[in-house]
Amino acid sequence: MSAFEPPPLADEVELAAPPALVPGAMAHSRPYVAAPAHNQALGFPAERVPDWERRAVEKLGELLERSRALRVFLDSCVKCGACADKCHFFIGTGDPNNMPVARQDLLRSLYRRHFTVAGRLLGRHVGARDMDEALLQEWYTYFHQCTQCRRCSVFCPFGIDTAEISMAAREIMDAIGLGQKYSNEIIGKVHKIGNNLGLPEPALANTLEGLEEDVLEQSGAAVKFPLDVHGADVLLVTPSADFFAEPHVDGLIGYAKVFHQAGISWTLSSHASEAANFALFIGSYEQMHKIAQRIRQAAVELGVKRIVFGECGHAWRVAYAFLNTLAGPWDFLDPAYPVPQHIVEVTHELIRRRGIVLDRDANAGKTVTFHDSCNVARASRMGDAPGGQFVLPREVIKAAVPSFVDMHRDTTHDRTFCCGGGGGLLTDDLLELRIKGARPRMQALKEVVEQQGVTHMAAICAICKTQFAKVLPAYGFPMEMVVSLHQLVGQAIRLG
Amino acid sequence: MSAIAAILLVLATAMLAAGLAYRVALWLAAPVPLSIPTMPAPLTRGGAAMRVGREMLLFHSLFRADKPLWVASMAFHLGLALVLLRHLRYVVAVPPAWLVAIQPVGRLAGWMMMAGLLFLLARRFLVPRVRMVTRTGDVAVLVLLLAIGTSGLVTTYLLHTDILAVKAFLTSIWRAAPEGLPPDPTFLLHLLLAILLLAIVPFSKLLHAPGLVFSPTRNQPDGSRRYRRPARWARTLAGGGQ
Repeated sequence: MSAFEPPPLADEVELAAPPALVPGAMAHSRPYVAAPAHNQALGFPAERVPDWERRAVEKLGELLERSRALRVFLDSCVKCGACADKCHFFIGTGDPNNMPVARQDLLRSLYRRHFTVAGRLLGRHVGARDMDEALLQEWYTYFHQCTQCRRCSVFCPFGIDTAEISMAAREIMDAIGLGQKYSNEIIGKVHKIGNNLGLPEPALANTLEGLEEDVLEQSGAAVKFPLDVHGADVLLVTPSADFFAEPHVDGLIGYAKVFHQAGISWTLSSHASEAANFALFIGSYEQMHKIAQRIRQAAVELGVKRIVFGECGHAWRVAYAFLNTLAGPWDFLDPAYPVPQHIVEVTHELIRRRGIVLDRDANAGKTVTFHDSCNVARASRMGDAPGGQFVLPREVIKAAVPSFVDMHRDTTHDRTFCCGGGGGLLTDDLLELRIKGARPRMQALKEVVEQQGVTHMAAICAICKTQFAKVLPAYGFPMEMVVSLHQLVGQAIRLG
Repeated sequence: MSAIAAILLVLATAMLAAGLAYRVALWLAAPVPLSIPTMPAPLTRGGAAMRVGREMLLFHSLFRADKPLWVASMAFHLGLALVLLRHLRYVVAVPPAWLVAIQPVGRLAGWMMMAGLLFLLARRFLVPRVRMVTRTGDVAVLVLLLAIGTSGLVTTYLLHTDILAVKAFLTSIWRAAPEGLPPDPTFLLHLLLAILLLAIVPFSKLLHAPGLVFSPTRNQPDGSRRYRRPARWARTLAGGGQ
């Protein structure tokens, strides 16, 4: 933690001002490389394959045949620079390789060299490069400085999504035996045990029992945290951080209170004890599919009627946008409910029809703002109408707290800034990068704290919560400022 | 002379058509295995088509991203569109009334296009971020367009060329008996550069125009909880959901 202290936030909020270019500013920032065992557990080559230059080009060719998006995105960029100052990592570091266009060009250069006429004929003049050690090292460095938050894709006139490009690059690196430790190790744990933390069933059962005791003590209500209950109506799939981490666990208590008060029978599953799907981050459809199968298996095994996801940003992207394709069809579930549902959708509906009642006074003294998580905002939806992912969480918060304030409009809704820890970067070996990447969000937070007295920032993503708990102090805010959305609900809900 | 120009023009047009067809075929051959629209997205196919239309005609995302760049880009693209429309009178035997009516607008559009291009070229050198990602090819395309525009404006305002001869030449190509190309150097340069532009479209960044239509983040509707889209290559994976 002591390794890096960010310069103080500006007094004047100038969100639009692009930073000066500092070439190579983040060239030293690289995550730990995966050990052979981490790669093998996922079926990747243990170590760098002998003819890796050729294999990388071959893998790129395979990916081009598998994804129209990749091909169109690599063909369509005009280098207009509209994306350049939209990335939180560029704003926070000034490193020109963190401009989305420059990041894309690291992969595009290899594509141009081998898959386009112009690149074969004109080489560097059209930005074509051969695969060599120098290019690979740039890939490893800068494709691990992208949180795949899609903010650049909002502004690109052609909708080019750098997330797709960085996923492809990471997939190619995995195929030649150069994996990232953090993501690959975690995916291995999910395959083996069922969750990112590597928490086995007895420990999980123990934790949930402890939570029941805590809630009984605090509220006097016998709120249950059921595990592997056959025939429950709802299977709740939530990030495993919700079982332990702060403030995540207060969110889990909130979900439990909502189900309890609404009289909805629910259960967690020890087999699918993880909502997160880190395979998204490494771009692997196969790994993502394998992890998603656990949810299907749990739903079948437990005989549930609905699937509800807890607060987790990228998990909700995989759930909302991909799960139907990866693990559907869901014709054995109750057709009266969308599959899957977000816990915020459930709570929102219950508040609307007064299935639960919230008491704002329970959160007296709090002025709350809301951090739109990138994957929820730009890659998913809640409710029936486009943009529901912005409306529903805010309405739930407003029902739970006395005072709500939005941050600067350039930093909310689909223009929200990433927390700086998504996309498989939430690891201590990237802490300097994470602190710098959080800067635009911290700047916007400072504005509402100083001008409108905001005391708390609610989040609906396990990664955002962990990231903010870590980086808030670096910018002079207390770490307790970040709260789970359902923590506010859990405080305000009238039980009994 | 007329014959050489005609052959080049036909060749370039063929390269444009074949190159674009090949590129689009490559795009269509690859599936979109997952639902990836940039949200919020329209719920229906029609809505998604409208979204693509808004991007094509109004540059909606660019407007949100960078206002000066939007103005310059609009000036260039809209200018080019009007100029091309005006050029129709060189191939249509009897220009309809509207085509005659837009001729002054088309001339004005030529200037608008040039102003936009000059701004785009200037920022390639003056904005450090943009300079950083600029390659020779990016400048070359702008210079080519500027040269086409300049030679076009020169023939319009200074060194008039025999328009009727041009028209005769262009329509004679259809009869496979090209003739009557006016020997004015400025005009010939204009024609030659335009032929070059046509030919390089499928091999250059000019592909961005069709690319937008096929961009999944813009053309996909938001309906992933209702529809499944397993790609053929993904159906071999074990487990449910295939």
